Amino acid sequence: MKPALFEYHRAASVAQAVDLLAEDPGAMILAGGQSLVAAMNFRLAAPSRLIDITRIPDLDRIAVTAEGVAVGAAVRHRTLERHDGAHAVNPLIRAAQAHVAHVPIRNRGTVVGSLCHADAAAEMPLVLLLCDGWVELEGPGGNRRIPAEQFFRMHLTTARASDELATRAVFPALPPDAGWAFAEFARRKGDYAIAAVGAIVQCDAGGRITRARLAACGISSKPVRLGRAEAALAGGTADATAAAEAGRAAATHVDAADDSIATAAYRRHLVAALTERVVAEAAARARRGTE
Amino acid sequence: MNARALPRPQIPVNSADPRHAVTLTVNGVEVSREVSPRMLLSDFIRHELGLTGTHVGCEHGVCGACTVLIDGVSARSCLTLAVQADGAELRTVEALADGDAGLSVLQQAFAESHALQCGYCTPGFLMALTEHFESGDPLDLSDEGIREMIAGNLCRCTGYANIVVAVRRAAELSGRS
Repeated sequence: MKPALFEYHRAASVAQAVDLLAEDPGAMILAGGQSLVAAMNFRLAAPSRLIDITRIPDLDRIAVTAEGVAVGAAVRHRTLERHDGAHAVNPLIRAAQAHVAHVPIRNRGTVVGSLCHADAAAEMPLVLLLCDGWVELEGPGGNRRIPAEQFFRMHLTTARASDELATRAVFPALPPDAGWAFAEFARRKGDYAIAAVGAIVQCDAGGRITRARLAACGISSKPVRLGRAEAALAGGTADATAAAEAGRAAATHVDAADDSIATAAYRRHLVAALTERVVAEAAARARRGTE
Repeated sequence: MNARALPRPQIPVNSADPRHAVTLTVNGVEVSREVSPRMLLSDFIRHELGLTGTHVGCEHGVCGACTVLIDGVSARSCLTLAVQADGAELRTVEALADGDAGLSVLQQAFAESHALQCGYCTPGFLMALTEHFESGDPLDLSDEGIREMIAGNLCRCTGYANIVVAVRRAAELSGRS
């Protein structure tokens, strides 16, 4: 099918994009368009105006600074995936990117666009939440930053106001001694996750877990922290028993209903197994780091 | 043999759509057209340029049949608006063969290995693979690595086995294995 009629504007600056957005309540931002154009082809989305932000200078920049990896709103998934500087400070990014659709989609789709689209089963929102990152927005009233914890509201819904442009997202660097892991299960590689789990684990010299951070997608209406699994791990030894216990605790976070792809019971099984796996892998990396 | 005239599709011109001028390089030739913003790049390639080698399957980014190279990297032309490609360097499957003189290495390997049956999906496979073959990155020619390269393209005839064979053969032909 074909998109319904719309106006097309190519913004030359962030300020112009914000003005164009404010003028028309039916306007939407176009970056890579890999979700939006598909929705428009189906006429699930019929914006009256598209504002193309990909030609705005500097919006396609990746900056690796002390605060982490700052990703401009026009940065394509594939560019970030292949960025060695970003990988050096936050290897979770590349690990998760391998599961974001396929190369031709990653060549066009943008990271910030994926965050703003906020599919409940998408990988990059999970990573932003797991790393305690944030999204920076520019609107008629100025700019603000929203932590991932508050940015994702529910499936396809964020805290971004309709007159705001997300200009960049920041994925903080992982602590140098942290172990990390990401695992996903989907029926076909490249599909949205039925469930995916990421972990950041730090251990002391004795192999005891000093800090564990876990997040999952596909199991709720938005990406979620697995707080009960984190609590189960804290202070314990990073062994197989602890990983299995974290898995059982993680399963209690599943609140997605049965759907056409998986039952809730199957998602609980998956998230438990994936959690067990990422905890073991992240703890092993953390131990190697402290040796 | 006489050159076959390109098809001229009958598209109504009396629409209310605004028009935008786009200029891009297609298979080495600069083209300029006035298009509606809602014209998909896949339709631009087929209807405006008459390059019907780019096939349209699902039209929502799933099947990969419409894959082309935009500035050297693969992309779904059905998920790209023609206006977004303004200024780009575009290549379609028509760019692969050297006229009637010779097939590209990938095309030759596909033909030799029986990697196509109905052929509808083939242009998309070829373009997606061309990106990998042209990149300087080492090719992972394990079964898993090849299947990863073609994961974004659907074929309903071959069962993929001979496409995997063809990719390995193309690597051999181009000295990449």
